Amino acid sequence: MVLADVKKGQSFKILSIPNEIVRAQAIRFGIAEGVIVTCDEMIPAGPVIIRKSKQEIAIGYGLAREILVEAVG
Amino acid sequence: MAHCHESNIKIDLPEHGRKIVLAGNPNVGKSVFFNAFTGMYVDVSNYPGTTLDISFGRYGEDIIIDTPGVYGISSFNDEERIARDVILSADIVVNVVDAVHLERDLFLTQQIIDTGVPVILALNMMDDAGRQGIKVDADLLEHLLGVPVIETIAVKGIGLEKVKNSVNKAKIGIVSHQDLQNMLIKMKARVASQGEALLVLEEDPIIAERHGLKPAKHREDIYLMRRERVNDVVGHVISEVKEGIDIKTKLGRWMIKPITGVPILFVMLYLMYQAIGVFVAQTVVGVTEETIMIGMYEPFMRGLVSRFVELESALGLILVGEFGVLTMTVTYVLGLLMPLVVGFYFFLSGFEDSGYLPRLAALTDRLLSMVGLNGRAIIPLILGFGCVTLATVVTRLLGSVRERRIAIFLLALAIPCSAQMGVIVGMLAGLGGVYLTLYVVVMVSIMAIVGTLLNRFLPGKSSDLLIDLPPLRLPRMENVLKKTGIKSYGFLKEATPLFAIGAFIISVMELTGLLKALQNFLTPLTVGWLNLPKEASTAFVMGIVRRDFGAAGLSDLALDPLSTIIALITITLFVPCIAAILVLFKERNKKEAAIMWFGSLGIAFLVGGIVNKLTGMFTNDITGSWFAISVFIGMAGVTSILVRIRKKPQVKNVSQEG
Repeated sequence: MVLADVKKGQSFKILSIPNEIVRAQAIRFGIAEGVIVTCDEMIPAGPVIIRKSKQEIAIGYGLAREILVEAVG
Repeated sequence: MAHCHESNIKIDLPEHGRKIVLAGNPNVGKSVFFNAFTGMYVDVSNYPGTTLDISFGRYGEDIIIDTPGVYGISSFNDEERIARDVILSADIVVNVVDAVHLERDLFLTQQIIDTGVPVILALNMMDDAGRQGIKVDADLLEHLLGVPVIETIAVKGIGLEKVKNSVNKAKIGIVSHQDLQNMLIKMKARVASQGEALLVLEEDPIIAERHGLKPAKHREDIYLMRRERVNDVVGHVISEVKEGIDIKTKLGRWMIKPITGVPILFVMLYLMYQAIGVFVAQTVVGVTEETIMIGMYEPFMRGLVSRFVELESALGLILVGEFGVLTMTVTYVLGLLMPLVVGFYFFLSGFEDSGYLPRLAALTDRLLSMVGLNGRAIIPLILGFGCVTLATVVTRLLGSVRERRIAIFLLALAIPCSAQMGVIVGMLAGLGGVYLTLYVVVMVSIMAIVGTLLNRFLPGKSSDLLIDLPPLRLPRMENVLKKTGIKSYGFLKEATPLFAIGAFIISVMELTGLLKALQNFLTPLTVGWLNLPKEASTAFVMGIVRRDFGAAGLSDLALDPLSTIIALITITLFVPCIAAILVLFKERNKKEAAIMWFGSLGIAFLVGGIVNKLTGMFTNDITGSWFAISVFIGMAGVTSILVRIRKKPQVKNVSQEG
């Protein structure tokens, strides 16, 4: 499953992030591969808003389609 | 004389002075600390090659340097490059962190510690943390990081004095991991400092090149080590996290969801329109441009120049004639542009400090991704309605050259700047709904069609949105005003020479008869193709001098409603003003700028002509206008569908390769 497929309120584990620059930026925000995050908001065909404790980030749809995730809980 | 050569800005350092650098993530309250350290005496200097300014001031014998807010130091963007250079040249770093977002903020902290510079940590926004049910053990944090930690609530002035008095206690902290320590020791032998060693190891191409080294491929390993270490530290020092959604979080969500976000955006735009479009553009500019500049300054300047130069001579005309460098340029820049630019920057700074801007980027991301941009591009696009020259400079914040090309071209083509829009709105107001709709639909469809096609045919890939959504906060007026001042000044300093050169070129064209020749050249097109009187070509050419001149020239022609719309569409799409053209040449290479320039010229006449032909198919202008509206909506729709159909197989190939 990719990040673009998750539903609002769902928690999931990040399996892989494609681009190394994006990966580095995500690690800075605390969102590394293997981390469990929650989808706070899902704009139809638009960005996915994910949250880890108090940290929220918006990820564009194109990128969200390339990030592999796995549902948890 | 000592100066920091690494950061390319020259700062005189007193004999025994040290460089104290303030660093932190965006919007953590750094500026309050900066003010507390420096008081009134602050210098601002532009960082070469960027739109960014660095503030610095004196604190006793020492120099305090502010840095742009960043999440880490590397070469990902201008802010980071500057923060990196300034931090690498620091003697002491005062790192401000947001107690609510330690997981995010401590990454930068740990990276700074890893550079080996003495650090003191200001644990800010302790009141916010308390309200959100977050308890931070500052003593333990100090122990784990190995650097002094001071709790602060900067906006209330709590802890500021203690930070100032504790600068001398700054310590070199504990490096992320023993493995990193070993790598650093090895690399340090080959470069000047531990900080540079770290960045070479983290694949920073610029720092590596300075030492003639190839960037080592260790960024991800080091980042992961650091992330693990930060998570470990945060896990130990934070307790009692209360889950739950407060009103600010809710409001933040509403700003992003289209169903609530679009109305919120319209309210914001309406406020901007009332403040900038009505109050500044009419009332303030009425005083600054009409009364002060045209009424008082220009006669004074002409009187002064007439003592030395014959007013009717070529030099006299160039200096103080209709398009004079000393008259029109100064009036335009100070009387008209300055109030508008200040107005736009005031709102932008407020949006930035409140946390609205990243949410606006998330809201508009989907729409902008259709034209190959991402949500960040909303900033230059909004600024374009203020001044296209300004917005073109601001496109530097976009992630790739491809995005800059698209944004710059759309700005040059279809965004009417505030000066022009004032006249356009005035002319549209009396025409009635259908003509207004025609104008808006044509503009929006052209943006959509051109943007979609550029996105389809320009090589490369645009960057995707990945943006931090900071908590919403009420912006501090002092900070907003300061930012507005610094940015407006920076822009006017950069743009004034362009406007002066522009005025000079126009005067020379006028004197040599080139302006007349250009008008004559455009006349057949204007009359035959657009079905407008030949005087309209004068208005088009005047639009190059100042966009509002062109539009104003049209209102003198007493055209019928349909011809007015055709003329307005053409003049909006027509080349931007001479300063915007010059900035185009400055920001992009000559060939590309020329393509954009002639491209917008061609599209302007093409679209104006199409509207003329479509509406001309009906004897009734109203029916003809509705027909043209449907055709343009249809063309935009067909373009987006065709592009998708043609693009699909390509997408598949990419995913198969991946």
